[in-house]
Amino acid sequence: MIRKLLHTARLQVVILALFLSGFTYGNTTTSDTITSSAVPAHQQTEKKAFDAGKMIIEHISDAHEWHILEYNGFQLTIPLPVILLDNGKLVAFSSGNFHHGHEAYLGYRLMTEGVNEGKIVKVLADGETPDASAKLPLDFSITKNVLSLFISVLLLCLIFISIGNKYKNNPNTAPKGLQSVLEPIILFVRDDIAIPGLGKKNYARFMPFLLTVFWFIFLNNLLGLVPVFPGGANLTGNIAVTMVLALFTFAITTYNGNKGYWKHIVNAPGVPWWLKIPIPLMPIVEIVGLITKPFVLMVRLFANMTAGHIILLGFMSLIFIFGNMNIMAGYGVSVFSIAFGVFMSLLELLVAFIQAYVFALLSSIYFGMAMEEHDHPEAHTTEH
Amino acid sequence: MQLVTPGIGLIFWMLVSFSLVLFVLGKYAWGPIMKGIHQREDTIEKALEAANDAKKEMLQLKAGNEQLLRDAKDERDALMRDARKVKESILEEARVKANEEAARIMETARENIQFEKMAAINDLKNQIASISIEIAEKLIGKELENKKQQEQLTEKLLKEVKIN
Repeated sequence: MIRKLLHTARLQVVILALFLSGFTYGNTTTSDTITSSAVPAHQQTEKKAFDAGKMIIEHISDAHEWHILEYNGFQLTIPLPVILLDNGKLVAFSSGNFHHGHEAYLGYRLMTEGVNEGKIVKVLADGETPDASAKLPLDFSITKNVLSLFISVLLLCLIFISIGNKYKNNPNTAPKGLQSVLEPIILFVRDDIAIPGLGKKNYARFMPFLLTVFWFIFLNNLLGLVPVFPGGANLTGNIAVTMVLALFTFAITTYNGNKGYWKHIVNAPGVPWWLKIPIPLMPIVEIVGLITKPFVLMVRLFANMTAGHIILLGFMSLIFIFGNMNIMAGYGVSVFSIAFGVFMSLLELLVAFIQAYVFALLSSIYFGMAMEEHDHPEAHTTEH
Repeated sequence: MQLVTPGIGLIFWMLVSFSLVLFVLGKYAWGPIMKGIHQREDTIEKALEAANDAKKEMLQLKAGNEQLLRDAKDERDALMRDARKVKESILEEARVKANEEAARIMETARENIQFEKMAAINDLKNQIASISIEIAEKLIGKELENKKQQEQLTEKLLKEVKIN
């Protein structure tokens, strides 16, 4: 099963790559045709042509402000705090000072294009042009994703501590309200994720991590599907977030690895000696495998969530791409786009659960593998 | 490229937040929740076991009751049989006794009759004797003329005699 999952993950990365390249390509051509023929020159200056690739990338990546809507040049955004660590100096101010990247503030500027797009860079003494030679300041800003992270953490704490208190205060009663909705899923995590991977003996110790990771991913996947504030941030589709989650799994696996686990890595039994000496081929393969596991966890979650968002946004973009060609075409396409969008949203709802399940399940399997009691053949021979 | 490059800020905040949420939930949520669920499952299991035991006990009790009922029925039957036997024996005894009594009464009656008969016979004998004596006296007194007349007279006298 693991192999199958790994395979699907790889496939998804490929699909994602295709999507990304396809969109950027598709867009440049459409915008070219629009600017050259359909849109008159005077409109071109006020109203930029719709750029699907840019819109999609903007929606799935992090930002220093929370963009809610834009209508006729009016922008409704929540400015978020910027916190920079520049050569050991802590600088903090509101991102509203950047005026969506149009102005520099305190010697910093938010780039809207180029290699450093979306990043905060230092500017030269003239207060305008970015300083290409200066090192980028370390950006610890409360970005859209960080705020979304805080909101989800707060939600998790509120929900589960209140439920925990219910268990504490009314023991041995049937679950009520929210408790009865969440308990089956908690039991699912225990009976179908923790126990199969770890066994009845060891599972209890890992339940807090597995439950936290499962609910964290599940809740953020769901929040990511909500189009408006406080949802809409593509948190679980952000590689930094999935990387930290995978690192936790890796750290716990490594910490709990028993003697047999390390022996299989350094000196795998049952393998011919010439695969280990003089070139330690098997140990290298094993160590690569060690790193691959969390890496795959990271990429799978990131790719799945991002791909889902891209497809959804792609369907919505179709309306505007066709609408820019001909307004009636836009209305016509919107019917299909919305139908497919609804279908994709439902599919994403399923994916939200499946990805949380897969992440927790694989974590539990990795922990179980690290703690597996290996049979020693010599011990068996002496027994007889 | 920005999409697949993890940003230091988000990594930092994610590490802090996730560690925090792991610690807080582990302490204040998952602990009580898992403990509560486990406790409840234990309670339910125990309750089910107890119910099963009670059911078994009840079945046993029911079987015991049935046994008891059967025993009682048997005993009743036995008692009835005994009573019937006793009744019969009493009846038999009574009959025997009655027969004996009857026989005894008959015996006494017969004895009495015999006695009375004997007394009567004796009395009769005595009377016959006295009558005979009377007749003889009369005969002797009248002086018999002839033998024929004498016989007639005897005959007449004898007819007169009534055994009272």
